[in-house]
Amino acid sequence: MNKRQINNILIWFSAIILIILIMTPGLWVVLTAFRPQVDVMAKPAVWIPRNLNLIQFETMLFGGSEGSMGRSPIPVLSYLRNSLIISFTSTFIAVLVGTIGGYGFARHNFKHKNKYFLLIMLTRTIPGISLSLPIFIIFSKIGLIDTHIGIILVFVALNIPFTIWLTDGFFRQIPRAMSEVAMTDGCTKLQAFWHIELPLSRSGIASAGIFAFLISWNEYALVSNLARSTDSKTLTVGLMDFTAQFTINWPGMCALAVFIIIPALILTFMVQKHLVTGLTFGGVKG
Amino acid sequence: MAKVSLQGVSKFYGKVQAVKKIDLEIIDKEFLVLVGPSGCGKSSSLRMIAGLEEIDEGTIKIGNKEMNNLEPRERNVSMVFQNYALYPHMTVEENLGFSLKIAGLGKKEIEERVNEAAGILDITEFLQRKPSQLSGGQRQRVAMGRAIVRRPDVFLFDEPLSNLDAKLRNQMRTEIKRLHQKVSTTIVYVTHDQVEAMTLADRIVIMKDGIIEQTGTPLDLFERPATKFVATFIGSPSMNMIKATVVNQNNQLSMKTSDGIIVPVPKDKQNSVNEDQKISFGFRAEDIVPLQFGQKPSNAWEMQSSVNIAEPLGTETLIFTNFGEIEIVSRMFTPEQVKSNDVLDFALNLDRTYLFDENSGLAI
Repeated sequence: MNKRQINNILIWFSAIILIILIMTPGLWVVLTAFRPQVDVMAKPAVWIPRNLNLIQFETMLFGGSEGSMGRSPIPVLSYLRNSLIISFTSTFIAVLVGTIGGYGFARHNFKHKNKYFLLIMLTRTIPGISLSLPIFIIFSKIGLIDTHIGIILVFVALNIPFTIWLTDGFFRQIPRAMSEVAMTDGCTKLQAFWHIELPLSRSGIASAGIFAFLISWNEYALVSNLARSTDSKTLTVGLMDFTAQFTINWPGMCALAVFIIIPALILTFMVQKHLVTGLTFGGVKG
Repeated sequence: MAKVSLQGVSKFYGKVQAVKKIDLEIIDKEFLVLVGPSGCGKSSSLRMIAGLEEIDEGTIKIGNKEMNNLEPRERNVSMVFQNYALYPHMTVEENLGFSLKIAGLGKKEIEERVNEAAGILDITEFLQRKPSQLSGGQRQRVAMGRAIVRRPDVFLFDEPLSNLDAKLRNQMRTEIKRLHQKVSTTIVYVTHDQVEAMTLADRIVIMKDGIIEQTGTPLDLFERPATKFVATFIGSPSMNMIKATVVNQNNQLSMKTSDGIIVPVPKDKQNSVNEDQKISFGFRAEDIVPLQFGQKPSNAWEMQSSVNIAEPLGTETLIFTNFGEIEIVSRMFTPEQVKSNDVLDFALNLDRTYLFDENSGLAI
């Protein structure tokens, strides 16, 4: 074996270890969702599943039957609806506003530009959870507790800085001459942006969109304070429905977690092909 | 088709004045080249004509219409950029047709005009390709095609050949000239390469530090440079330039270099210089002739010097030799072998020696 082969083996070995470390908790969640409570709680742990079933999903959607500890159904569909409305709307607004902001920072010069940029980025250094009390107080005064709009506002505010940062970088990569030539070609500034710069930065915008969506979709801490009922509770907050005073229904909770993961996975795979960078390559120079 | 006029045009970047109140009339259908070293304000001037930079002072007119407050799209100019700036997400056909689509033309007319432009530039076979699948020269052609498809009043070229290799650059240079003959539209062309300027231009404008040094036809500038800068900038190799002081030698005004070499002031300049005046005198490589291999000029001054380096180029040979302490270059057109350290007799053609005032830089 030469040095190169040894190197390759080392790289593969560490990659596999890393993947196992990252994947195991997720796999355990999926596995737990399909196992009976007895198996899950068993001590010593039952590593290899003895029987798998869909009882938790049935209970979650249609209410308890025999062997499922007789629980009432959880309003999963309401939670799903809330999650979808909140995540998509907040992502759309954040990407729209953030892209315009990123374009502004990338293409225009104004006084104290760098300071504003830093300020916007600094807002993200505040731990989200520390915002929950002030937000709660403000929202309760203006009646936004337990509303879609309230939660959407919070997510938009959280996601805009990141979107600005990401799209700013992408717009900077597009040569200025591109929009200048479009403008001599008869475009207004807005048309040049729409026909040329926007399509060229779509991979950046797609990435920003995915990140914003996942943050909104997966957020728990803030929404658990702001959402009080099925009017606005999201799927992640719905996970707490599986806790009772003395017990936690782990398989049920994991079943809902699987339910949460699936749409996010599908979306990520769908948009993944747009994440190809280097789209501008070839338009300039040789 | 239109003339372009710049009247007292200035451009500031912060406190730096990149273009200083320049006046320029570009005649209809003229091929005008703006040339100068980097930072001389030539690109800023072009971009002001295009509308990509604000005009801080003065007015720019295309035709008889003032352009100062018009957007680029309202000026009916087309610009070809140094890095081509082709739209990478569109095919060549879409690149060419984009401006027409924005203008709201019908599909059929767009197709006709795209095909016409593609025909002129010989890029018909690439119409369905993306820019990334084209070579440098092909991209350059597409960029030009995109400009001509609009039938603009004025073409603006911003150093369009500087990204190409030497061979392709020569080829494209010829094509640009041919294109001008075909479409006969006013062209303003910016370059830092004096060879490009000489070969392409009807008229050249030489800029330096934001002002126009001289305007004229290529031969005008070559034969009658108005300033020392123009004299050294135009022509290859660069004009030999030697600093000297005017002295009175035997009742004849002469030029004394810092090495003590004394050369008579050419007869027609005797009355234009004064004793003790600081000047530079310049002569082109072909006007200092190695006597063994060339004909002695009628009005000559002779010197002897040894060869530092000889560069045979086929039809001509460049000989680097010393004029006192200063290295100068001589050009001869015979295929003789000249070696380093050969001692040769040179004759300087005084009729083709240029004098410049050292303080003002102006020709005497």
